[in-house]
Amino acid sequence: MGPLWVLAEDIGPKWLYWPWVQDHTDEIRDRLVEHIELTVLAVLFGLAIALPLALLSVRYRRLYGPVLAITGVLYTIPSLALFALLLPLTGLSRTTALIPLTLYTLLILVRNTVTGLDGVPPDVKDAATGMGYSPSRRLVRVELPLALPAIIVGIRIATVTTIGLVTVTALIGQGGLGELMLDGLQRDFRTPLTVGIVLSLTLAVVADLLLVLALRLATPWRRAGKRTRRTAGA
Amino acid sequence: MGFLGDVFDFLTNHDQWHGNESIPTLAGQHLQLTVVSVLAAAVVALPIGIVLGHVRTGGAIAVNIANIGRALPALALLILSVQWVGIGEPTGILSPVQSIPAFIAMFALAVPPMLANAYVGMANVDDEIRESARGMGMNGRQMIWRVELPNAVPLVMAGVRTAAVAVVATATLAAYVDAGGFGRYIVDGFAVNDNVKVFAGGFLVALLAIAIELVLALVQRALTSPGIRTEGRIKVRELATDRLAPTTGPAL
Repeated sequence: MGPLWVLAEDIGPKWLYWPWVQDHTDEIRDRLVEHIELTVLAVLFGLAIALPLALLSVRYRRLYGPVLAITGVLYTIPSLALFALLLPLTGLSRTTALIPLTLYTLLILVRNTVTGLDGVPPDVKDAATGMGYSPSRRLVRVELPLALPAIIVGIRIATVTTIGLVTVTALIGQGGLGELMLDGLQRDFRTPLTVGIVLSLTLAVVADLLLVLALRLATPWRRAGKRTRRTAGA
Repeated sequence: MGFLGDVFDFLTNHDQWHGNESIPTLAGQHLQLTVVSVLAAAVVALPIGIVLGHVRTGGAIAVNIANIGRALPALALLILSVQWVGIGEPTGILSPVQSIPAFIAMFALAVPPMLANAYVGMANVDDEIRESARGMGMNGRQMIWRVELPNAVPLVMAGVRTAAVAVVATATLAAYVDAGGFGRYIVDGFAVNDNVKVFAGGFLVALLAIAIELVLALVQRALTSPGIRTEGRIKVRELATDRLAPTTGPAL
């Protein structure tokens, strides 16, 4: 069932050859699951690093410049180059794929979180303090919820871009939908290519919609009154 | 420091400075691919974005194109254009002409951010400023060149920089379709498990990407009118954050 079979039937140029898809549903599902896993892990690790960095940057303003500078330079380095730089350290492993994916999310997540926290009106903070909130409780109960829309916008951008970036991890053998695309390239067989592209685009759209939905559920007060202005643009 | 020593030896080796796979040759290919694609995309995207922004129509389309561009993987674009242009080619062996698929992919990748940013930059110019210009008797063309464009430079250039960074990254991937560039070292190094070569390639690409970003930041500074220039010197942290608005996306 290799390339010869493909040539024999001359199905290479067909953009979609259903029998192949039906025969490879397991493989396609595995690649999709790998893609989702890498994306979710990268965004979660990114949040775990970015949220503390953002909170520190709000508390100690002088940190914000250096934090943006470092995450910004990382953001400029192409992913294949970062994989290459990590290879001697971590080998052809999932870690080598996850470190760059995580690093790329930092700039967006830190910046949007700081913008969101900056956008909390001073009166609201004063009111919370007046009601007896301690600074940490005020942060968790008042400031972070109000910053949530901006933070979620950051997570949306980070997630969608990560889904695009994960295709590149196939080049270092870490699976994902990019593997289907490479398969299509190497065998001059378009069906896996089509499947890979359609699934990664669909994944990006679905993830984006799910995050929009999550924001709606997490911020019921935004629906109750008049529509709140976004604090950070996408 | 054994490994880094090896990398240093690799980078300073005679072979890396002479011949078809030398650093100057690959740098030339990488730069040529990048510059040609970004310029071609700019020639198409900027006038359209600027005019649409001036008349303030089609904004939703411009921004949506940029969002789709963000979700579409560069690797997929690259392979798609190989499939498109390479039809009938019996082999994947490279020749200079075969970097056409790479060019097409990079062009397609560079258009959306420039189009969207040019639109947003122009459309965001203050109404009062536009009214003043009109009150002074300027016609549309004068308004674009003398008033709106100078005010839109930061956002327009943000789009150019987003495009350039994405294109430099895609030019690295382009080694997989035999388009040359520093990706050569990474791809060839992977193929023979030569970590030194892979690392050296990654290092050169990273250097090139940061250098291009700095050069474009300088260009932006030179193009920005002193009236809206905020800082005396370029701040490193502004390099990437500028690019984030209004459309974003890291390099692939």
